[in-house]
Amino acid sequence: MTRPRDPFASTLIHRLPAGLKLGVLAVAGTGVLYLDDWRLIALAMVVTLALYRFAGLSMRQAYLQLKPMQWILALLFVAQGFMLSWGMAAAIVLRVAALVLLAMLVTLTTRTDALIAAVERALGPLRRFGVNPAKVGLAFSLALRFIPVIGAQAQEIRDAQRARGLGANPIALALPLVLRTLRMASDVADAIEARSPYDDDELPPRFVEKAKSTQSRTTCKDNKAPLETSST
Amino acid sequence: MQGQQSSTRDIVYIALFAGLTAALSLFPPITIPAIGVPISAQSLGPMLAGSILGARRGGLALLLFVGLVAVGLPLLSGGRGGLGVFFGPSGGYIIGWVVAAYVIGLLHEWGWRRLNVVSSFIYCVIGAIIVLYAIGITWTSFVVDLSLLKTAMASSLFVIGDVIKAGVAAAIAVSVKRSYPIIQKTAVA
Amino acid sequence: MTTIEVRDVHQQFETFEALKGIDLTLNEKRIGIVGSNGSGKSTFARLLNGLLVPTRGEVLVDGLDTAKNGKAVRRKVGFVFQNPDNQIVFPIVEEDVAFGLKGLKLPAAQRDALVEEVLDRYGLGAFRYHPSHALSGGQKQLLALAGVLVTRPDCIVFDEPTTLLDLRNARKVSRVISELEETVIIVTHDLKLLENFERVIVFDQGKVIADDEPSRALSHYVERMQ
Repeated sequence: MTRPRDPFASTLIHRLPAGLKLGVLAVAGTGVLYLDDWRLIALAMVVTLALYRFAGLSMRQAYLQLKPMQWILALLFVAQGFMLSWGMAAAIVLRVAALVLLAMLVTLTTRTDALIAAVERALGPLRRFGVNPAKVGLAFSLALRFIPVIGAQAQEIRDAQRARGLGANPIALALPLVLRTLRMASDVADAIEARSPYDDDELPPRFVEKAKSTQSRTTCKDNKAPLETSST
Repeated sequence: MQGQQSSTRDIVYIALFAGLTAALSLFPPITIPAIGVPISAQSLGPMLAGSILGARRGGLALLLFVGLVAVGLPLLSGGRGGLGVFFGPSGGYIIGWVVAAYVIGLLHEWGWRRLNVVSSFIYCVIGAIIVLYAIGITWTSFVVDLSLLKTAMASSLFVIGDVIKAGVAAAIAVSVKRSYPIIQKTAVA
Repeated sequence: MTTIEVRDVHQQFETFEALKGIDLTLNEKRIGIVGSNGSGKSTFARLLNGLLVPTRGEVLVDGLDTAKNGKAVRRKVGFVFQNPDNQIVFPIVEEDVAFGLKGLKLPAAQRDALVEEVLDRYGLGAFRYHPSHALSGGQKQLLALAGVLVTRPDCIVFDEPTTLLDLRNARKVSRVISELEETVIIVTHDLKLLENFERVIVFDQGKVIADDEPSRALSHYVERMQ
């Protein structure tokens, strides 16, 4: 059996640290924003596309990143071409395309969890302004956990309202979703409270005993009984 | 911001309203026949977050949503996401949602005691149309080198959709105020 | 063995009085709590680990007042909610189990070993790195239980653990519960779950109307519901 290859370890661009990539994107993106000559912007575009190849991504994948805005860009090109000049129209459209492609390159070659970790680290210096990176991390995790849950509920409500002939009524769709989300929020907050009984505690006795037995894992595996309850 | 600590419950509200904004992209867009512009339900997100959670939690909910889009999740309507969307012509509107939710939240906290559908509607229009379009249009005009006036004219196509959404959000906010008054507990103690 | 003492507890929600003077001492290994919807049984369950604090009276867990020692009480009494979807708070199975250990100064290797052990015990080892959303309903309920057991409580309170499950998953979860060594307190409509219990308490309109060994308590309950 061959293990599936980890796509996020395949090229040098993939392996670069997320924070570095975000930093380079910020600098390069700002730079491109200040270029005015369409030939220089075209050069930036060529470099960006070369980086896509370097990251093992096809030109089709690059095109897919621009597809959602292709009509706006085409319209803009024609309009600016007539109003200003074709050179400037090309500069404007190429600039947007290059920026979007560069940003999407970071997205395509970096794990989501690595980016979240980079965000948490970047927030560290803001601690003195009351920003708690651990809470930001919890918020990200909770959102990742509950997006599919709320999405499934949205789908359910949509189907139910369609069956009742209310499929196009936005209030009938959104109000139940909001109410369910609020109810869920109160249950989730209770669960977090119930499930986190330890607060930077030293190891309580019930875990100390365990620490010894985990050193020999084989004995631990046969132990069918639940956790050794500490005798109270 | 200093000294303001979010409780676990606040963090859950923030995270779940970011999730709600994402889920709204799953509702089918409505197309208004006269102008042919499809209206996505998603921009209800900042209006609902602001009007139900208040300024701080509502703004943070949308900031978290923007963060999730930035780290590459395809949460915008049409399955868009990733850092690229911020550099595109409509990037300003997405960032602007954070400010819109905050402003809508401030206005709802201010008018909480006598909140009704009309006042809530006006607050949503101020935040999600006046403030949001100011940010969105400025950004678009900067990115595509179009004059502010021309950009504003092109953007005005979407106003009618956002007016309708402000009405929907106001109806929901007032109805939720009766069953789950969240702002009141913290803002007007 | 955990002893929970409930002394003259009243619980008021705005205009509604959910519990009207409850006095109980709980020290059996297996206790069932039944009652119709709105009888106050879920409110009662939430008082046992300090999720709710009584408006009047007190709840003591091994002598610790839930109103004053919330964290210490929650170390002794774990809680499994009705809907595992609202209890699983992390996107990846492994992260979710590890959540309960977060505040402990535990070396990473040891934490991983504890997580792995509890996942293996409930047949979730293969799903360790899977998104928690992708699990089946029964697996989610087991994951919720694993997330509680990893913190090593002495007693676990279940709030209708099988209500949202199909028959097969309900049987599986109830078998897992019956094999637990910890003290178990279950709020349920599923009377089969209580067959080998030592004690069953029946709630109605915020009061205890029966407190006995299962067959007598349940026949009283069934009579009352007719």
